[in-house]
Order: sequence, then C-alpha cells, then structure tokens
Amino acid sequence: MIEVNELTKRYGRTTAVNNLTFTVRPGQVTGFLGPNGAGKSTTLRMILGLNRPTSGSVTVQGHPFRDRPRGLRHIGGLLDAADVHGGRSARAHLAVLARSNAIPSGRVEEVLGEVGLSDAARRRIGGFSLGMKQRLGIAAALLGDPPVLLFDEPLNGLDPEGVLWVRGLFRRLAAEGRTVLVSSHMMREMENTADQLVVIGRGELIAEEPLTDFAARGTGLNVTVRTPDPGRLTDLLTAEGAAVRPDSDGSLSVTGVDAARIGELAFDHRVLLHQLATRTASLEEAFMELTADSVEYLAGDPR
Amino acid sequence: MTALAAARRATAPAPAADEPRARFRDLLAAEWLKLWTLRSNWWAIGLSGLALIAMNANGALADYTYWANYSQDVRDGFVPYGSLSDAFTNNAGICLLLAAGCIGAINVTGEYSTGLIRVSIAAVPARRSLLAAKIAVVSAVMTAYGFVVAFASFWITQAILSGRHAGVSISQPGAVHVIVVSALLAPVSALVGMGLGALIRHSATTMVTVIVLLLLLPNLLTDNHRWEADLSHSLLLRAWQRLKETGPQSLPPGLPGYHLATVAGSWTVYAVWPLVAVAIALTVVHRRDL
Repeated sequence: MIEVNELTKRYGRTTAVNNLTFTVRPGQVTGFLGPNGAGKSTTLRMILGLNRPTSGSVTVQGHPFRDRPRGLRHIGGLLDAADVHGGRSARAHLAVLARSNAIPSGRVEEVLGEVGLSDAARRRIGGFSLGMKQRLGIAAALLGDPPVLLFDEPLNGLDPEGVLWVRGLFRRLAAEGRTVLVSSHMMREMENTADQLVVIGRGELIAEEPLTDFAARGTGLNVTVRTPDPGRLTDLLTAEGAAVRPDSDGSLSVTGVDAARIGELAFDHRVLLHQLATRTASLEEAFMELTADSVEYLAGDPR
Repeated sequence: MTALAAARRATAPAPAADEPRARFRDLLAAEWLKLWTLRSNWWAIGLSGLALIAMNANGALADYTYWANYSQDVRDGFVPYGSLSDAFTNNAGICLLLAAGCIGAINVTGEYSTGLIRVSIAAVPARRSLLAAKIAVVSAVMTAYGFVVAFASFWITQAILSGRHAGVSISQPGAVHVIVVSALLAPVSALVGMGLGALIRHSATTMVTVIVLLLLLPNLLTDNHRWEADLSHSLLLRAWQRLKETGPQSLPPGLPGYHLATVAGSWTVYAVWPLVAVAIALTVVHRRDL
C-alpha cells in the first residue's frame, strides 16, 4: 500500500507536484498516467525517498521509505533503465545490490532467469539494448521479493513479446497480493495492464478510479461495425439512441451503445455483420480529453 | 540514552518478517564488489601504480647514470638524504596525488553521472551509511595501493643506487618515515577526491577541481609572504613535500622573508583535508535530492 498525502514539490518557482493525494492498493495493477512533465517521475522519486517533498508526505506500508535502512525488501523500483554503470556485467550489477541488502546470491540467478537474461548475465550492460536494460531493471526490482513495486515507463524499448511478458508479470505480481504501480504517458499501454488508474496533469490529480470508469468518461464507447446493409442497421441503432457515423471505408462508427448490444440488435433483426469491434482508441481519447487542459508542452502552443 | 534508543525503536519502521538486521558489513562487502567489478578501476589502479614505481626508478637511474659526473662533495653527501629523496621523487608525488585524487573522485561521480546513485539509494535509503561504506572501502584500497607503490619504489630505487654504493636499507633512520608519508598521500588524496565528487557530482568538473586544488594551487603560491606561506602550507602537496624531507633544511628557519612549514602543521594538514572532505560528503548526500 502506498499512501500519498497532500504531496507538493516545488523547484524554485516551478511546481512539479501540487497537493497530490491518492492511495495505491495491493492486489491490483495501478496505472499512473499523465502527459510528459505531469510530475509522474517526481512523485515516484518522492515515494522512493530520493527527493524530499516540499510539503505533504508519502508512506509505503505505513512508513516513510526513507527511514528504512535497507530498501529492496520493501520496494522494488525501476525509475530509469539507464540508471546503471555500463562497465559492469548484469550479474555484477545485481550482485552488488543483493549484497548491500544481505540477499543471498542465489537470488541473483533466479531473477536473471525470470527476466530472461541468464545468457547475457556476464555481458557488460553498456552493450545492452534498451529492452535488455528494462529487463535488468525489472530483475533488480524483483531482487528483494518486495510487497510494493514501482515501474516508471517500463514498456519503453521492449519488443512485442517483451510487452506481453511484462504485462503478464505485473498481473502475476498483483495477483500475489503485491502493490504494483506502473507509470506511463501512453494510455494505450495501460489498457491491457492496469485495473486502477491514477491520472495526473501539471502535478495535480485528475482522476483516481477503476480503468473501466475512466474509459466511460470519454466520448463514450466507440464501436466499429461493418455490414452489407448499413442503412437498416443505422436505423435500428438510431432507434436505440446511438449516434451512427458512416466512415469513409464503408464501415459505421457507433457511439452510445456497446458492442454486445449491437450484436444483439443485429441478431434479433437478422442483419448480417462482417465486423464488430470496440475501438481501442476510446481510452486514449478519454485520456486526451481529460488532460487537454494540463498538457505541459502542447505542439503549436503559442508560448 | 536508553530512553532515546527506545523512542527511536518505537518510531522506526517495522522490518519485513524475514528481513535480516541491517549491517554495515553488508554495505562494505557491496562497495568492495562495486569497486572490483569495474574493469576501469583495475586499469586505473594497476597502471598508475606501475607508472609511479617506474617514475621513481627512473629518477634513481638518472643518479646512477650520471654518478661519474657528480662532484666528490655531492657523492660523499648523497647517503642518506639523497638516497631517501630518490625513494619517492617530487614528480611521482605529484602524480600520486592526481591519480589517487581522480580514482577517489571517479568512484563517487561515476555513480552520479550514470544515474546508478538512484538505484543504490533506493536499495539503501540509509544514504550516509552507503557513502561511508564507499569511503571506507576506497580509502582502504588506496592505502594498500599507496604502501605497495611506496615500498616497491623504495626497494627498486635503493637497489639501483646500490650499484653506486649509494643505496640505503629499510633500517636507515627516516626510511620508514618516507615510505609512510608517501603511502598515506594516496588515501588522503582519494578522500579529498571523494569529498569533492560528492559535492560537485559532475565528473569533469570534479577532475578539474581536484587538479586545481591539489596541483595547481600549490605551484602558484610562494613562501614569500606570511599569508601566502600559510595558505601554501595548508595544501596537501606542500604538506607531503615538507613531511618527506628528512634531511637538514636547505634554508635555515627564520631567514627573513622566508617561511617554512612545520612538521606538526603538515601532519595536521594531512588529517584535516580528508576529515573535512568526509564531513562535506556525508552532509550533502543526506540533504540533496537525486
């Protein structure tokens, strides 16, 4: 459990985080979302005790993390995969961390195997790809078998197989009853990963709710339908209260009813469907709409 | 005291069920591993050590080669002060100062410049303990390095000089003193380097500061004014030069307009620089954001 309480961080005249309060609960994956410069990394650093809050407090499992003499058994954190010394091997990097926390060296081999770096363990980190560094950072976070895990943009640089693996890992860690906080500036990354969302913009809280609630806040679910009889289906859907817009490629873009209801209607009225898909961009749109006021660096923004 | 300890125990976070007690020994072991798992440290320590020994040997070799050209007076007066002076030359001392200062600095700034410091401190939130362990390990290694270099230099230079019957043995009064004073220059410089590294955190800027403070400044100051002499004598290089001087002073003390450093003052300089460096390092690491 992570409790962030009225957290504020100022650097000179810039306010990076402003009066932020939220709670990250165990047993689920919490997505920490916000546009670039929203204060996500600053918040994560304050949770890890790296930066001191200007005011407010953060506790992890009920205590400020900074007061712990050793950290790896309490929080596993991956802030930036590049925070390593390129001259060390992957195994040496982990061995140093393990030693400082009195973690048996066998655990190093375990986590190397878990992230799929066993074969690269003796290679210098300097020669690693970003994806490999992400895996190494995740291995370091897992070293102490901690109840709380933080990941800052962990999907950067991972190949599709890696992304799938990471998602599975986060789900498993949460299912084991751990607290898992994953930050991202890409809503799409959260879609198949997070159960709960904490959304911030310009250092302030925008939303703290389940992912499904957040998605429903947007323009509404957007469903793409393809049928040989668009006119008939449009009438049916409009009667149901949905808004239907024909797309240029001949498909229909439907908002106001979900895919299941559209399927039912089509079945009841014997309308043939060729395609029925919820558009995944709807989450992205919800996110964009909500954070539009708080984007720090907007393209074309007169400054 | 017990009440305070009890109060602290009450507010300290409860450890995880299977968490072993936090031991400083683990941090020392981790820092030891950190030092030796970087090949650049092997190279820096090994090559600079060999270079220093070679520089000293070369100095003795020069005396050996030109021995025949020396006047009878010089030859007669060479043992023991000339021999002891060859055991660790001034140039080698300057290079030792720089090498040790930079090795110390790079071991601290390396963590900051790579960002590794964030990972290290997230693993060990007790920042001062973490840095203290690093300082202890690097100082110990540099002390061993200093003694190996100083002993080897003594042995080789005296072996070369003995070819002219000008070598002295380790039992010669002042011999051990010269070795100890030069050997200690390594950890003292490394500590200053680490302190500056923790303060500045930027590799290149730290290196420049090490060079200016340890090398350039002592060469810019003269002993001609009281204030200038005081300032000059408070610098490491001058303290080493004073301490390794075993023979009679080349200038009598108290000569008008010329001020000599004292031995006690120079030992104080040897102690104060590293102490201040450590104090600064431990203070800033605790306070700063990362």
